[in-house]
Amino acid sequence: MSDLRDLYEDMILDHNRNPRNYPKTPEGANHHAHGFNPLCGDEFTVHLKVEDGVIKDVGFEGAGCAISTASASLMTEAVMGKTEADAEEIFGNVHKLLTEEGGEAYLPKVGKLAVLSGVREYPMRVKCATLAWHTMRAALEDVDGTVCTE
Amino acid sequence: MSMTKVSSALADVTTPEVPSLEHIRRDFPVLHQKVYDRPLVYLDNAATVQKPRAVIDAISDFYAHDYANVRRGVHLLSMRADQAYEGARETIRSFINAADRREIVYVRGATEAINLVAQSFGRTHLQAGDEILVTEMEHHANIVPWQLLCEQLGTVLKVAPINDAGELIMEALARLIGPRTRLVAVAHVSNALGTVNPVADIVRLAHAGGARVLIDGAQAVPHMAVDVRALDCDFYAYSGHKMYGPTGIGVLYGKRELLEAMAPYQGGGEMVKRVSFEEVIYSDPPYKFEAGTPHIAGAVGLAAAIDYMRRIGLDRIAAHEAELLAHATEALQAIPGVRIVGTAAHKAGVISFLMGRAHAHDIGTIMDRQGVAIRAGHHCAMPVMTRFRVPATARASFAVYNTHQDVETLVQATHKVREVFG
Repeated sequence: MSDLRDLYEDMILDHNRNPRNYPKTPEGANHHAHGFNPLCGDEFTVHLKVEDGVIKDVGFEGAGCAISTASASLMTEAVMGKTEADAEEIFGNVHKLLTEEGGEAYLPKVGKLAVLSGVREYPMRVKCATLAWHTMRAALEDVDGTVCTE
Repeated sequence: MSMTKVSSALADVTTPEVPSLEHIRRDFPVLHQKVYDRPLVYLDNAATVQKPRAVIDAISDFYAHDYANVRRGVHLLSMRADQAYEGARETIRSFINAADRREIVYVRGATEAINLVAQSFGRTHLQAGDEILVTEMEHHANIVPWQLLCEQLGTVLKVAPINDAGELIMEALARLIGPRTRLVAVAHVSNALGTVNPVADIVRLAHAGGARVLIDGAQAVPHMAVDVRALDCDFYAYSGHKMYGPTGIGVLYGKRELLEAMAPYQGGGEMVKRVSFEEVIYSDPPYKFEAGTPHIAGAVGLAAAIDYMRRIGLDRIAAHEAELLAHATEALQAIPGVRIVGTAAHKAGVISFLMGRAHAHDIGTIMDRQGVAIRAGHHCAMPVMTRFRVPATARASFAVYNTHQDVETLVQATHKVREVFG
């Protein structure tokens, strides 16, 4: 059971049960993106309110598995109040942590998001964990259409 | 392999030795392993079924002793390969009780069989405004080929609804068969719900309305005896890999007069009698639909799978899986928070289920770590998920080698899911 608990840590289960900034469309949100993981059916919309290059507010809607939901919730906390450049950097660190060989090297850079690293042992679930992050990034960059993690 | 062995594959008889159900597991090498230090419990059989030693050996022996290209070879190996390949066609014919071996077309699988009918029958006989009737419980393989045809020809796709138990609403289906209905395409057994459809009744209704019928039998042939003449269906499609045979080989059954009237599907070698730059004369069915070098060893493996199923007995396979289904249904229903999706009165060995607030993919991951292989997702039947307003389900599905202990292990694994998700 210990290995399963590496994936389903208490923080993950808590953010799944009580997602932060969810369901929420911040007033004055000016960047939006839709993300879909056809493999799982995870589907989220991320809304950002960006002013003067700073993410003043963030929220998300949709539904997915525990990993994707918790990751989306953690993402909103992580980028709230950050500059666009900082958000991009956090995305980059999380993405490398979850997908790259030797990604553990990024653990010190991601703070409490380290809780997501258990997914490294579950290759089929990495797409669940990265969906909201890709969607957030697409919102920042005003990418049209749906972000797909397949 | 000697010629005697080739001719034994041609013989349409089952051997007298009947394996006992307890011993069947021994025939499947892949089942005898541990995953994450636990015995493997394989319950993803609706996706694909594991292979018995008899099938693995038949393919290996064929490549080791008799392999060559089929048709028009004059050397000994080519003749042996041809005998095995056409012998397999005869085994397949008798397995589904088709009238004539020329009604058996080799394809890659049920998906290709349906695409073949959509393109060849569809483009030969259908025109803008004609209707194709499918059901709400179809696999994407029996939806998308018709949508492609509708885009090409301007034909119209109609959908017969299902009820909350996941059964076809037959009155609605009957009403949807109208003067423009040219084809009814329906699953024999639903891969997502397990529902067994009353296909003989559907064929009668469709024929009375002047429509042809294609049955997607991918989930039926592995689990029950199928008689295409008793059903009187016009087309029947199925895959080898879901019935203990190899991947990449499947069967399209089509009534001979229909196959003869249909345009070819793909062009190439083997499907032509004579070619010049001015003119092509196509081969007769089934070769008209078999362009290129086929999956010869796949056909040999499929025949071996049929021989294997016959040795066990189709009725015994069906009875054993029905017992497992009853056991699993009762046990899962007793677990708080479990909801079974698909509760038809007549079901094959498929259980789709949900557990409280746990998402299907989390259920799948947790069960995997208990050694239990199930499927989680939309099962390539997104309209079914929409109908039941769920994003995905967890699905356990049975084959002849599964045991009551497997069902118990599945139940134990659900307790782990509850431990994590409360």
